Amino acid sequence: MKSILPVLTVISAILLFWVVCVPPMNMHLVADQAQRDDLVVTPDTPAARQEFSGAGLALRNAHLIPLTYTFVRPRLPSPHQVAGEMYRTIIGQKITSKRSLVYHGWVTLAPTLLGFLIGTSLGILLAVGIVYSRVMDKSVMPWAIVSQTIPILALAPMIIVVLGSMGIQGLFPKSIIAAYLSFFPVVVGMVKGLRSPDAMQLDLLRTYNASKSQGFWALRLPASAPYLFASLKIGISASLVGTIVAELPTGAKAGFGARMLVGDQYGQPLVSWAALFAAALTAAALVGLFSVIERITLKRMGMAAT
Amino acid sequence: MPTVAELAAKQLTPGSRAAAASGATVITARNLDLTFQTNDGPIHALKNVDLDIGKGEFVSFIGPSGCGKTTFLRCIAGLETPTAGDISVNGMTPDEARRARAYGYVFQAAGLYPWRTIGGNIRLPLEIMGFDKAEQAKRIERVLDLVDLNGFDRKFPWQLSGGMQQRASIARALAFDADILLMDEPFGALDEIVRDHLNEQLLKLWARTEKTIGFVTHSIPEAVYLSTKIVVMSPRPGRISDVIDSPLPRERPLEIRDSPEFIEIAHRVRDGLRAGHSDDV
Repeated sequence: MKSILPVLTVISAILLFWVVCVPPMNMHLVADQAQRDDLVVTPDTPAARQEFSGAGLALRNAHLIPLTYTFVRPRLPSPHQVAGEMYRTIIGQKITSKRSLVYHGWVTLAPTLLGFLIGTSLGILLAVGIVYSRVMDKSVMPWAIVSQTIPILALAPMIIVVLGSMGIQGLFPKSIIAAYLSFFPVVVGMVKGLRSPDAMQLDLLRTYNASKSQGFWALRLPASAPYLFASLKIGISASLVGTIVAELPTGAKAGFGARMLVGDQYGQPLVSWAALFAAALTAAALVGLFSVIERITLKRMGMAAT
Repeated sequence: MPTVAELAAKQLTPGSRAAAASGATVITARNLDLTFQTNDGPIHALKNVDLDIGKGEFVSFIGPSGCGKTTFLRCIAGLETPTAGDISVNGMTPDEARRARAYGYVFQAAGLYPWRTIGGNIRLPLEIMGFDKAEQAKRIERVLDLVDLNGFDRKFPWQLSGGMQQRASIARALAFDADILLMDEPFGALDEIVRDHLNEQLLKLWARTEKTIGFVTHSIPEAVYLSTKIVVMSPRPGRISDVIDSPLPRERPLEIRDSPEFIEIAHRVRDGLRAGHSDDV
């Protein structure tokens, strides 16, 4: 619990930065609205106001600054507006409602978990292949690296369209994209983990005349556990990002990605921001969950958590 | 208070130990040559190594680093393959002997699996070799007793001192009852006091189990104190420069290291080491 103070310090700093940014970001919009509401604004024409930066305008219209924090369709919403929107859409709605972020969260979470499962299994299998087969070592790894250099945003619509034309829709195509992003850290981590036993430990097994599979189960697999957990934590957050990206360009009707897009297209920034933060909290919760599993597992294995 | 190992050692009659020593040859090396191909060119690790090791002997290999003592031990274990010459272990090639699980090997570091308890680590070779559960438990208890670690089977390695970990690794090498014990500088990383204690315990263990032991070290007192035969080696190329059959009795209290015989052998070892070095000093 020693980490509470530093974490709070960082969060406060971010919040402060955010709060400071709100007036200059929204001032032009607020000034236009204020003028329509017959308030005093300097300078008094929109064209003249364009000459000023947001900050400059805010300094000249200090009496309008409070309005920038409560503006209905802000360019940058204030923290309490986002918190309010999240409260309304998470606590204030039935979770079956299309307006509930919990509903949208599950729509995103389900393919995330399925994709993570597929990606992790594939990653572990590939890593085992790479460690035990020279051919796979030489052939698979370069392709795995190349696969991660292709922008997922370009690839996602293609995968959705191709699978859609084959009649596969809904959860599965999104899972594929989640798996596409999450298998890579697992491959890299597991290859390193499975290769972590040193020459002496491998020689020891040779003196027992142990078979390859005995060496795998008794030595390589348990030795890779700390590496696997590090990879799983990266993989699960990559999975979530993959699912959201899969929802963005494909006209998905539900999910965090769809909410972000809807908010953007219909001028409801609060909807986008609430979805963004809900996604971040979901990712944090998933990573946190794996940290707990890691700590318990490694403790039971007699290894200190790294 | 005498330990279990000490009591057991006393029960053995001198006659039975002498019989063990006079047994047949178990390890024979003839004209052994080993050259490693490296990026910096070939390295002549072993040259014309001839040696016989009899059943029940305690043989130390001593020499400066690069003299091939560890390489020779690894050749016996079938972990390295000589480029020329013959070597046999129990009348088989080292590789066959390895597959027949003819020896237990103790490395420089204890190398216990951190995710297994001490008992679990000792169980490792037994699991691999397919002993049944009841037999595993019986053997674990027996070898823990041999190295004086009774009651530690449920502890994890990090809960033990370095000396205790190394004892556990010796127990692991003893668990499957191989007749030969190969030890590669097992106490090299431990401090002098722990080392003395372990040396004393090792001698008792040897007396009690009548195993043939090959022991690599670069400590002269350790080699002289432990061995019935001391093989002095010298580097570049790695070769045997002297083989000393120790006249010391098999019963060796630590104080024997102050006796004139002990000092005389130590002298001869030191001379052998110096002779090997003279060409490149």
